[in-house]
Amino acid sequence: MHIIESGNVAAASGVQLSGAQVIAAYPITPQTPLTEKLSELVDAGELNAQYIPVESEHSAMSVCIAASSAGTRAFTATSANGLLYMNEQLHWAAGARLPIVMCVVNRGIGAPWTVWNDHQDAISQRDTGWIQLFCCDHQQIIDTVIQAFRLAETVRIPVMVCYDGYILSHTYMPFDIPEPAAVSRFLPEFAPDWALDPACPANLNTVTLPDIRPDVRGETAPGYMEIRQNLHGDMRRAIDVVADTDAAFAQTFGRGGNPFIEPYRCEDAEYVAVAMGSLSYQLRDVIDVLRQEGLAIGVAGLRLYRPFPNRAVAEALSAKKGVIVFEKAVSYGYEGPLYADIKAALYDCAHRPAVHNYILGLGGREIKTDDLFDSLRTCCGADAPEAREPAFVGLKI
Amino acid sequence: MKNDNNKNPDSKKYACHVSHSEPGPGDGGRTGSWRVLRPVIDLDKCIPAKRNKPACFSCWLYCPDGVITKTVPPTIDYEYCKGCEICAEECPADAITMVEETLMIMEEK
Repeated sequence: MHIIESGNVAAASGVQLSGAQVIAAYPITPQTPLTEKLSELVDAGELNAQYIPVESEHSAMSVCIAASSAGTRAFTATSANGLLYMNEQLHWAAGARLPIVMCVVNRGIGAPWTVWNDHQDAISQRDTGWIQLFCCDHQQIIDTVIQAFRLAETVRIPVMVCYDGYILSHTYMPFDIPEPAAVSRFLPEFAPDWALDPACPANLNTVTLPDIRPDVRGETAPGYMEIRQNLHGDMRRAIDVVADTDAAFAQTFGRGGNPFIEPYRCEDAEYVAVAMGSLSYQLRDVIDVLRQEGLAIGVAGLRLYRPFPNRAVAEALSAKKGVIVFEKAVSYGYEGPLYADIKAALYDCAHRPAVHNYILGLGGREIKTDDLFDSLRTCCGADAPEAREPAFVGLKI
Repeated sequence: MKNDNNKNPDSKKYACHVSHSEPGPGDGGRTGSWRVLRPVIDLDKCIPAKRNKPACFSCWLYCPDGVITKTVPPTIDYEYCKGCEICAEECPADAITMVEETLMIMEEK
C-alpha cells in the first residue's frame, strides 16, 4: 500500500511492522513525531508493545538494554544531544551484544544550540560498536528499519538507522508500506540464544578481569579483551550480513540491491561525488546537469558507515580520476571523518584517485545547488587542484 | 535460559562473546591476586578455635566476599580473599593480623 507521509511516520510504520515489543524514548526535535506516532499506535492497540516513558535518553537506552537482555525486541529513537546523553549506554548495548534498533534523526550538536540537520551526532558515536546505516528517502527509512531488526538479531549487534532531520523527518513523500505477512516471513519472531530468566540467575557484564578465567562450570570464560575483539570481528563479518539481509529483502519486497553504496551514473564516470543521506539524492540533480555539460561524473551514496565497507568503496572508486567527498560532519582538528575513511580505503589500491573534501550543511546551513556545482567543477578537469585541506562550503562571512 | 528455537539460520555463525557469570565461587575471577595484606588467624586467640565450639563468627559475618567459613576453626579462602581487612577490624579477640603478602610469599618459597 502506498501512502504519502513524513519520514518519521515511515520510521514508525517500520517499527510497527517489525513488531517491536518494548519502546522507550524521550522526545527531542526532530525525532519527536516518530515517538509520538509510536505511542499513539500503542495506545490505539495497533502495536502490541510496552511503551515506557522515561525522563532522559540515558534511561531510554537503559530500558532498551534491560528489555533486550530479557529477550524482547526493543526500539528507541533520538537526535543530537539526546544521542550524546546515551553515549555510555550505547557502548554498553554493543558490548553486551544486544540487538537493539534505534533511529537517529540527524541533527547538529550544541553549542551553540541548533535543532537543524547535520551528521555530527551519529558520526560522533562511530566507535560505540553500533552498526550505522544511512537513509536517503522515506522508502529507505521504512525498509531499513525492518532490515535493521533482522540484521541486529542475526549478528547480535545493535543498529542505528540514521536519517536527516527535517529534510526527511518532516517532509512528506510517497512510499510503499510492505504487507505485514511478508514482513513476518522476512523477520521471524525474536528468539535469542540466551535471555534473562529468574529460574537461572546470572550476572550480566559485571567486572570482567583482564585475564580469562574458569567459570563456575570449569569452562574457560573470555576476558575483556577477547569479548571486545569478538565484537570487532563480528562487526567486520557483519558487512556480509548487511549484503545478505539486503538480498533477502530484495527477494521478498523487490527493493534494494545496493547495500553499501548506491551508485548514480557512476559506471562510466571519471569523477564521483560521495555523500551520505539525502544529500546524495540532491547531488543527482547536479550530476545530471554536469553530464549535459559533458562532464563524466556520478554520485555514490554511502549507506553503511560502520562497519565501514572499505572493499566496496575501493572497488567503486579506485579506477576514478577524482573523488569528491561531501559531508555534514567534522573531525575537529583534522578533516571530514568520511574523507579520512575513504582515503584509507583507497590507500592499498594500485591506482589512487585524487580525493577532495567539502564540509557543508552544518547546523542546517542550506546546501545550495550552485555551491555543489562550483565545488564539483573546481575538482574536475585538467586544472583541478591537488587534494588538500577540507573546504567549508556555504560560509557567508 | 538457553533457547533452541532460534529460527534464524544465520545466527549460529555468530557465537558472540559476552561476560555472563553465574552464582558460584570464582566466577568473578581469581580476586585473591589483588591482595596486598593477608589476614592470618591466630588460633590461640580465635574464640571458636579456643573454645572448640561454634561461637562468635564475626569474621564470617562481616566478610564482604564470603570467603571465610563458619567452621571450627574458621578458614579463609585465599584464592578469593582481596585482603580488605574488615575481618581483622571486626574480630573481638584481635585474633586476625594483616601480614604483608610479599613476606608471606617469600616465607612460602
